[in-house]
Amino acid sequence: MIKVEVRLYATLRKYRPELEVGEPLSLQLPEKIMVRQLLEEKLGIPATVVKIVFVNGRQREVDHSLAEGDRVAVFPPVGGG
Amino acid sequence: MSKILRVNMTARTVAFEAVPEKYKEMGGRWITSNIVCDEVSPTCHPLGPGNKIVYAAGIVTGTAAPTSGRISIGGKSPLTGTIKETNSGGMAGQKLARLGIKAIVVEGQPAEKGDYWVLKVDKDGAELLPASNSWLGKGLYETYPLLFDEFGEKVAIIGIGIAGERLMANAGICVNDPENRPSRYAGRGGMGAVMGSKGLKAIIIDDAGDPPGVPIVNKELFDTGRKKLTEALLAHDITKPGGGLNTYGTAVLVNIINEAGGFPTFNFRDGRFTGAAKISGEMIHEICTKRGGVGTTGHGCSPGCVIRCSNVYPKPDGSELVSVQEYESVWSFGANCGIDDLDITGELIRLCNDYGLDTIEAGVTIAMAIEAGLAEFGDGAKAIALMHEIGNGTPLGHILGNGAAITTNVFGVVRCPTVKGQAIPAYDPRAIKGIGITYAISTMGADHTYGYTIAPEMLGVSGKVDQFDVDKVDMARNFQHATAFIDASGYCLFIAFAILDIPSGLAGMVETCSGVLGTDWTVDNIGIIGEEIIRKERAFNTAAGFTKAHDRLPEFMKHEELPPHNVVFDVPDETLDRVHSLQN
Ligand code: SF4
Repeated sequence: MIKVEVRLYATLRKYRPELEVGEPLSLQLPEKIMVRQLLEEKLGIPATVVKIVFVNGRQREVDHSLAEGDRVAVFPPVGGG
Repeated sequence: MSKILRVNMTARTVAFEAVPEKYKEMGGRWITSNIVCDEVSPTCHPLGPGNKIVYAAGIVTGTAAPTSGRISIGGKSPLTGTIKETNSGGMAGQKLARLGIKAIVVEGQPAEKGDYWVLKVDKDGAELLPASNSWLGKGLYETYPLLFDEFGEKVAIIGIGIAGERLMANAGICVNDPENRPSRYAGRGGMGAVMGSKGLKAIIIDDAGDPPGVPIVNKELFDTGRKKLTEALLAHDITKPGGGLNTYGTAVLVNIINEAGGFPTFNFRDGRFTGAAKISGEMIHEICTKRGGVGTTGHGCSPGCVIRCSNVYPKPDGSELVSVQEYESVWSFGANCGIDDLDITGELIRLCNDYGLDTIEAGVTIAMAIEAGLAEFGDGAKAIALMHEIGNGTPLGHILGNGAAITTNVFGVVRCPTVKGQAIPAYDPRAIKGIGITYAISTMGADHTYGYTIAPEMLGVSGKVDQFDVDKVDMARNFQHATAFIDASGYCLFIAFAILDIPSGLAGMVETCSGVLGTDWTVDNIGIIGEEIIRKERAFNTAAGFTKAHDRLPEFMKHEELPPHNVVFDVPDETLDRVHSLQN
């Protein structure tokens, strides 16, 4: 098993409404789990509503495999200036 | 028939002129930059009688085109010494356009310093009125209501605060919002000081009666374009009602830029701030909901905006603290000063609105004061006290009111995050390279809105590119050209999120412009016109003494690594020079 921190932002917060803004969710996950599995199987978030995924501050696609200690952040479409 | 209003502050005369043929199609930044290039000596002193200040609405401003209420203000900047165009939402652009005024050119200056006037413009003409002493030397939250009492609640006011009256290089120009707050700013580049140097306290725009309105040559084309653009704005996830901007405001960017490691913290020492979530758009939304009262997200800064990204932020008791807590402002006063409290950033933004200052420059300047040992990172009370120094016009306040670069010079601070004297905004260029190219080569000093490469680099808009890729010459150039066109059109730059992704929206935007002007532009004209605007601006800067040596980021960013990615700015100088070498 690996330990991963996940942060859900903007409208995706509704999938874990008990968390404060920016509060991480600590999860024990099987080795090499892909971001898509994490989202859909563990968090119940359809990958289609996710626009941007960061793993350790780098943008990754949903087929990226996670490793021990990864910091994952997930965003719907957002923009500003 | 649209016309140009020329106001001479030396002779105190106003005169309407026909629009010269060469300016007929121009609006917004296109016409302000052209008039400045044609009429202002590039070597003039920005605050002397030789400089001019030009106000112009965009091509479609004043029509029913959505999200198109911008007003551009141009001249030579006292902050950067370059040409400048800074634009704002609020109530002024549409009213000016509906009066049939293509541009107001203000020139000369009164013989007596401190002699202030108000320019009143309405359907019958224009006149200069002496400014009442009661409108001078005080905060705009006090002055604007007095001006509305005098001229009526339905006018628009373009005005300066104490900072502009005192000719400070960080003085912005304020435009009232739909509820008549002094809250929208053409903030950057110190154009408030230029207005102050002309002895012009405010422009009152009254479009009551039956103003001529904006003539539309090809109504059918305009309507087709307007429909396509509106559909794109209503469909795109970022711009639609209930979408990212409407729900959370621009500060929805805080968390994403922070996660990317590009959120400048403690004066650009770190790319992540532990308190980021506390100053984010999500938190603004939560506080507005929980505190209730006047708290509102999804506020519109000008009529006809379908995006509505603004907010009204409440105090704990639900009464109004400030409008608007924007991304750039919560960053400059927040993470960049180590402050993680929206009530404090809100108060600091309120003081900028009150004194007439640009929030980006002011926040970065407070960080310079912290570097100089005048305060500590995270000390909100001291940051507020320093802002009051500016309002009180103390010698220290005059230093701070002149912006980050002056402050670092006075106090011997080397880590000065400016380009051409203007503070770098809320994306660290070491972690996000394309925006670094924009900052470096902008004709107006560091400015994210000059070519918003953040869209593909961070937000997945118009494709996705790697934030660390350094070879972004074409991307940077294309964004700069497209932005210059949007700045000419009168549309708010935030329509870009939708039209970059939805081709029919892009075509629709061009069709609305063509419809108004009777041209047959296609999307190809965006790049052609954008390039022409930038070419003019660069020629002005060259004649003012700027070379490629000025198209550089602060030296410390080349060798000081930015955590968490531990990166430096490694875009080669030759790459920066290449962006325009093909064009000149
Ligand atoms: S999107 Fe925001 S800044 Fe642009 S016009 Fe609308 S409210 Fe104003």
